[in-house]
Amino acid sequence: MSAHDKTEPTRRDFLYIATGMAGVVGAGAFAWPFIDQMRPDASTLAVSSIEVDVSAVQPGMSLTVKWRGKPIFIRNRTPKEVEEAKAVALGDLKDPIARNANLPSDAQATDADRTASKEKENWLVMVGVCTHLGCIPLGQQGDFGGWFCPCHGSHYDTAGRIRKGPAPENLAIPPLSFISDTVVKIG
Amino acid sequence: MSGGHSSYTPNSGIEKWFDARLPLPRLLYDSFVAYPVPRNLNYAYAFGGILAIMLVSQILTGVVLAMHYAASTGIAFNSVEKIMRDVNSGWLLRYLHSNGASMFFLAVYIHIFRGLYYGSYKAPRELLWILGVIILLLMMATAFMGYVLPWGQMSFWGATVITGFFTAFPIIGDPIQQLLLGGFAVDNPTLNRFFSLHYLLPFMIAGVVVLHVWALHVTGQTNPTGIEVKSKTDTVAFTPYATVKDAFGLVLFLILFAYFVFYLPNFMGHPDNYIQADSLKTPAHIVPEWYFLPFYAMLRAITFNIGPINSKLGGVLTMFGSIAILFLVPWLDTSKVRSAVYRPWYKLFFWIFVANAIMLGWLGSRPAEGLYVVFSQLGTAYYFGFFIVLMPLLGLVETPRRLPNSITEAVLAKTKGGGRPVGVTAAPETKG
Repeated sequence: MSAHDKTEPTRRDFLYIATGMAGVVGAGAFAWPFIDQMRPDASTLAVSSIEVDVSAVQPGMSLTVKWRGKPIFIRNRTPKEVEEAKAVALGDLKDPIARNANLPSDAQATDADRTASKEKENWLVMVGVCTHLGCIPLGQQGDFGGWFCPCHGSHYDTAGRIRKGPAPENLAIPPLSFISDTVVKIG
Repeated sequence: MSGGHSSYTPNSGIEKWFDARLPLPRLLYDSFVAYPVPRNLNYAYAFGGILAIMLVSQILTGVVLAMHYAASTGIAFNSVEKIMRDVNSGWLLRYLHSNGASMFFLAVYIHIFRGLYYGSYKAPRELLWILGVIILLLMMATAFMGYVLPWGQMSFWGATVITGFFTAFPIIGDPIQQLLLGGFAVDNPTLNRFFSLHYLLPFMIAGVVVLHVWALHVTGQTNPTGIEVKSKTDTVAFTPYATVKDAFGLVLFLILFAYFVFYLPNFMGHPDNYIQADSLKTPAHIVPEWYFLPFYAMLRAITFNIGPINSKLGGVLTMFGSIAILFLVPWLDTSKVRSAVYRPWYKLFFWIFVANAIMLGWLGSRPAEGLYVVFSQLGTAYYFGFFIVLMPLLGLVETPRRLPNSITEAVLAKTKGGGRPVGVTAAPETKG
């Protein structure tokens, strides 16, 4: 090519570039299925909503169910726990966002916005996975009487909000609805 | 092969026939028989050979274990117990493989410390060093995925925590984690792909090892003095001198290996991994295998936000950074003198670095609370300070000791006067 440095681009230059581009596009198209197969497959993604009968769960009791391979904590909170959670000022929270899949993404982490609904403020339904690195927190432990993650020492309060430790976010609230007085649908 | 020309002479007819068609015997002869090595290599230089043997051992035991293992969440745990109880010699093969991983890391860490001590990463051996760091990364990935396969509690929760690192990255974090896991939590798709990759990666390591040895044979080995080979009297032939020395070091190393396999096979494991994985119950205290503990300590040392980076992302970046910084070592060290033998200050800070790494390992095994966190933070600061501050600075301010003119001079000075003639069997056995 050096002999032709000063000349106009030739048809051959065009062909080189076009061939190279076709090769790049082809390599990308070829690689895609190999990456795509890594993603969650259809059976994993299939809408897995579960319905849980919580009629036997008295105040102060908890139930753990499995949803999408993760534990879901369903807790019927005692009045004392509800009062404690309500008494916390928003300014004291490490993460002021509700993290509630049923509310707008900027909803604030008040106790009301963490619970199942206004009439069911004693019910707390959360994904039981620590927002730090994915361990399962232990219930009714830690400095705030809520949940405590033994892996790296994150403390959550009685509304599942992060108060102390390395976790960055409050425990997530999954999409849920009470389809009757005693049955909650998750997902 | 800095010299270039080959000293191989085919004798028999079959050798000549082969040499004219595929000169593989010539390549092996030039690389592992006639290859000149510095005459003053000590036992710290035996670990390259030991690592090669460990890689072969891991691949051999791994291939036969795979004949009995089943990568499915329902039966994986039981298939490992079947290997231990029913398969003929299965217990031995599994203990060789699981303890072999620990021995592999023990050897690689000594190998890396040796490189840092004698300045083996300096020009013209930067690529050799970088290839070594790539091997270390591949080894870590392989060991992590291998640890998931027995499907015990530590397997499951180790995988959960380590893949959870990626969720620290904003926006792309969660999709990356789902891509790695093949779902929303560690499950059957995760186990299957980890098994596939655990089988593949050792062969990729072998490929990079070939490049590593190739690069080594282009530049030649370093040696404890850090002075390049200048004349023929500075070197001895690889065989028998280095071969026998490496073989003796290997025997000692294998005795240690055998001691663990036969007397303490679970010493470096964790009892929780003999409980089948339970996705609803986290063990009280999650600890990685010992060879990851220093990095785990650095991950947990970042308990504070740094500007816009929250503590979780900060910890993950620190942990990845602790390996990534090794890539830059050839350019961080500004000293003109290669070996720590002639660098009094670097030598001191090097040994503090070693002690610090061991302390971080111990801290990684402790719960993340109280003074442990404070010491982890100090240890992390020294780890990075050693590379970012001390290495560039010492090269500028340190006064090195006088260097000998050649390897031969250094060796003869050690044997007091050098009464024996050079080049005979004088020095190789009196380690440098």
